[in-house]
Amino acid sequence: MILAIASGKGGTGKTTVAVNAARVLGSEVLLLDCDVEEPNAHLFLPGSVSEAEPVSIPVPEVDESLCDGCGECGSFCEYHAIVSFGTLPLVFPEMCHGCGGCMMVCPPRALREVDRRIGVIETIRAGNITLIQGRLDIGVAMAPPLIRAVKARMKDGLPAILDAPPGTSCPVIATLRDVDFVVLVTEPTPFGLHDLKLAVETVRELGIPFGVVINRVGVGDGRVHAYCAEENIPVLLEIPDDRRIAEAYSRGELVVEALPEYRERFLGLVGNVMRRIADRRG
Amino acid sequence: MEEPFVKIAFSTSGDDLGAPLDARFGRTPKFLIYDLDTNTFTVIDNRKTMDSAQGAGIQSAQAVARSGAGAVVTGNCGPKAFRVLSAAGIRIYTAGASTVREALDLYRAGGLTEADAANVEGHWS
Repeated sequence: MILAIASGKGGTGKTTVAVNAARVLGSEVLLLDCDVEEPNAHLFLPGSVSEAEPVSIPVPEVDESLCDGCGECGSFCEYHAIVSFGTLPLVFPEMCHGCGGCMMVCPPRALREVDRRIGVIETIRAGNITLIQGRLDIGVAMAPPLIRAVKARMKDGLPAILDAPPGTSCPVIATLRDVDFVVLVTEPTPFGLHDLKLAVETVRELGIPFGVVINRVGVGDGRVHAYCAEENIPVLLEIPDDRRIAEAYSRGELVVEALPEYRERFLGLVGNVMRRIADRRG
Repeated sequence: MEEPFVKIAFSTSGDDLGAPLDARFGRTPKFLIYDLDTNTFTVIDNRKTMDSAQGAGIQSAQAVARSGAGAVVTGNCGPKAFRVLSAAGIRIYTAGASTVREALDLYRAGGLTEADAANVEGHWS
């Protein structure tokens, strides 16, 4: 089971759902924090980083003795990370996505790969949960390669829960690609609904089965419920707007541990998702 | 004095000499390319670059290089654009002029000084 927890709007409770679902699963589970610009799942788990591994992407470096200034590299690069005017190319490593294309199209083979560090992958073990989190280096704006590196730590046969970044842009797509199921966490407010619709469009485009968790039920209005009913989107779990949940959160505690009465609900969510994945596989 | 170049690019939001000089280089909506020999100009649309998430300065500098301009007059120039323009041998003048015409007059009067470094950070505006 590879389950991603995503949302359009930020701050709806993705991490809360991800860490609590991972905990109630009981058996060994990987929790991947793919919000590499701001990983926060670790705040809710005891234990400290046991392994830290730097992640790099290959960026081009010009061999000045071989370059004839043909400019093929610059016309190939979609991201303008390498630019040439019939002269030695200029390289902008911070723009480079590490695809390696410029090196392939260079006729005199004047470009070589050098590693550029973009971040680190850290591992924290806490009970049944092994948390693997990406942490982008300060000043780096290249999240997808680091997210892919985090996802490459998944192990066959071991269930994984992915905590996605907010929004619907490239880092979210990198997180959601190839997962079995997506849980979209939203809140019953106009902002929540607006961004949920964007997230639903994204997940439908990717062709991944999904359902919704509505958090803070009691605030806002009924439009998120109405939208889900209209669109035949299953509501997998409703979490009430309970001040005690916010208090537990602010202390870095898991809801299912601080407020055991919520345990059943999260168990229900996990069971529901697992059934849907199994049904789909037939 | 013989000019080392014939064409000058101005960052602008409009289509003629009376249009405002845009303070942004990378994210300017248009470039007005003025030919000092014939006293005529053409306008390049830069809106696609203006809306790109990253690398606007690099792309704008490439557009200016393709236009054949040997100098740029703009409000501000960031570090990546500066590198590309310098590599392409394009001179960079920053000016506080309100219109393209005013900037052109300043240039002709020798009232613009050439920038020797970026004067703003990337994504400043």
